[in-house]
Amino acid sequence: MSKRTFQGGIHPYEGKELTEDKEIRPLLPKSDLVYPLSQHIGAPATPVVKKGDSVLVGQLIAQAGGFVSANIHSSVSGTVKCIEPRMTSNGVKVNSIVIENDGEYREVDAAPVLDDHKLTKEVIRQKVKDAGIVGMGGAGFPTHVKLTPQNDDEIDYVIVNCAECEPYITSDYRRMIEEPEKLVEGLKIVLKLFPNAQGILAVENNKPKAVKVLKELVESEERIVVQSLKTKYPQGAERQLIYVTTGRKIDSSMLPAHVGCVVNNVDTIVNIYRAIREGKPLTERVVTVTGDAVKEPGNFLVKLGTNCEELIEAAGGFVCEPEKVIAGGPMMGKAMSDIHVPSTKGLSALLSFKVDEVAKCEPSNCIRCGRCITVCPGRVVPSVLAKLAEQGNEEAFLANNGMECCECGCCSYVCPAKRPLTQVIAGTRKQILANKKK
Amino acid sequence: MTGVLIATAVVAVTGIIIGIFLGAAGEKFKVEVNEKELLVREELPGNNCGGCGFAGCDALAKAIAEGNAPVNGCPVGGDAVALKIAKIMGSTVKPGAKPYAFVKCSGNCEKAKEHYKYIGPKDCKAAMNTPGNGPKACSFGCTGFGSCKAVCEFGAIEIVDGIAVIDKEKCKACGKCVAACPKHLIEIVPGDTPYMVACSSQDKGKEVKEVCQAGCIGCSLCVKNCPAEAIIMQGNVAKIDPDKCVGCRICAEKCPAKVIKELS
Repeated sequence: MSKRTFQGGIHPYEGKELTEDKEIRPLLPKSDLVYPLSQHIGAPATPVVKKGDSVLVGQLIAQAGGFVSANIHSSVSGTVKCIEPRMTSNGVKVNSIVIENDGEYREVDAAPVLDDHKLTKEVIRQKVKDAGIVGMGGAGFPTHVKLTPQNDDEIDYVIVNCAECEPYITSDYRRMIEEPEKLVEGLKIVLKLFPNAQGILAVENNKPKAVKVLKELVESEERIVVQSLKTKYPQGAERQLIYVTTGRKIDSSMLPAHVGCVVNNVDTIVNIYRAIREGKPLTERVVTVTGDAVKEPGNFLVKLGTNCEELIEAAGGFVCEPEKVIAGGPMMGKAMSDIHVPSTKGLSALLSFKVDEVAKCEPSNCIRCGRCITVCPGRVVPSVLAKLAEQGNEEAFLANNGMECCECGCCSYVCPAKRPLTQVIAGTRKQILANKKK
Repeated sequence: MTGVLIATAVVAVTGIIIGIFLGAAGEKFKVEVNEKELLVREELPGNNCGGCGFAGCDALAKAIAEGNAPVNGCPVGGDAVALKIAKIMGSTVKPGAKPYAFVKCSGNCEKAKEHYKYIGPKDCKAAMNTPGNGPKACSFGCTGFGSCKAVCEFGAIEIVDGIAVIDKEKCKACGKCVAACPKHLIEIVPGDTPYMVACSSQDKGKEVKEVCQAGCIGCSLCVKNCPAEAIIMQGNVAKIDPDKCVGCRICAEKCPAKVIKELS
């Protein structure tokens, strides 16, 4: 076990027992599928189909709108109904392609690469790019950009983020247990890009079964190790994970590649495997549907574009009217105002709760106890930053290293005065980044 | 006794030498100070708000004295200060209406719908993290939590009925609210702007109607009827060019949503 751990962090209620033993079940969509053109970081994709076109499973329907952008493929066969702005999980309308499902799931001809000799760096990168793979932990950064650092030889570690530190979510865990070969095989493909790199499968030690399975698999692999990490939230945050596994430190102005690291999520690596060995683009992902407000929590292999309401239905529907539904984990996920939205590449979980505990918190004055400082993994002073953010003092916010915040939510979680620290800081960070771009 | 005399002499001679040296150095390394710059600086308000686009009042005074900025460059001082500075600089200035900030949204509590109950910090930037960029059903509209009010140093902004309202008289057009609004709803407009479209929604007409009674539905009636061709459509919202506008009022009368506001 890795002895190193990052400073700060918390141990929230894990809630993983609800779904950790639930096998991944494929879920077939019933209604129309909606593909928002912007479900990744970077430029929105440009549609290459028009109304009335018939499409097949895996067919390219929208092309990357730049280098930092990603292709989008149809996950069903059918006809393009329209291209219009549709509501997404963050409550904003995004231009989307709507496809009517004919229920036949006719596929395009796959072109798998099985021969190792044909697997050159260019082929791998091109295939990953063509498959429209993005970071599937939630951020949605296009993976081909991550896999194209300035110098391949300077990458020392390829880290697979198997931490899954967010409470409740077990989608990555199920992937590790059910398809560990694909994960290891996918990592081996990525390692071909970086001749000097070592592969690290970084798993938290609250998943002993996954650690065991993966350790057995990589026993004969020279370049891959499994690291069992001391469980703590936010282990899966990029900066914390790099520090824990390699001892290297980065700040908000640096990329992992600057310290010779590339970090990818479990589902991302599995999809790299699928893209190359099976020749299939990214059209589905594992989503954990859980919480105390659904009847039968579970893990589902969801066709991208499926309406979230169908996911809830698949989990037995609501027990009662939920007070809160969250897209993503409870710590960093976003509350939803409407569940009639499509599932996207970055949706790792759908949580619904009977009681909105956060809404019951009445914020009071800061009592200067310093707990937020103790738990902050970014080593900033959340109470001061939140105050500066409230005052709109961006200059002082920057001087106090406000940009080092990773919005993990630890400060809000421990605050005895129930102050919404993360939300206020995150708002100002967003504003500063937006103004910088202009 | 002689000891005292020697000491006095040494100190006196040293003093004279240093005095001559300092005098010479002062003459040699003299920094040219523009007298006008000092006079201009005295007339400026000294808030160092940065509304002029320079790094504080000192920088503006220098720029004016060097002729790199207009004599009415200070938005805070207005005409009174501009006239005084014009006198110092020996130029003239035409007094005119001063620019001010304008909020391009008119969806107050009565006219715009709420999408859901918002619980959290009353801060527009923080509300951007919630679905639809805040509880207002229109994701483009004013959140009404007053992030602009918080940064206004002149007390010119009030939140009235869930929407930011700017006091034209108090506003000094410093532009802080423009930067603070996460939805980019505030614009600095010239003082003599006759008409403005008080909406920023890029939604289509039907969707606008569903969420707000005071939104631009993008019908472009104003564009078609403007005799001066001063109105263009920016996406789904009309935009009036104040330089071309002749103030004929036709657009405001034709607008079915009554979203074109008469300003002066």
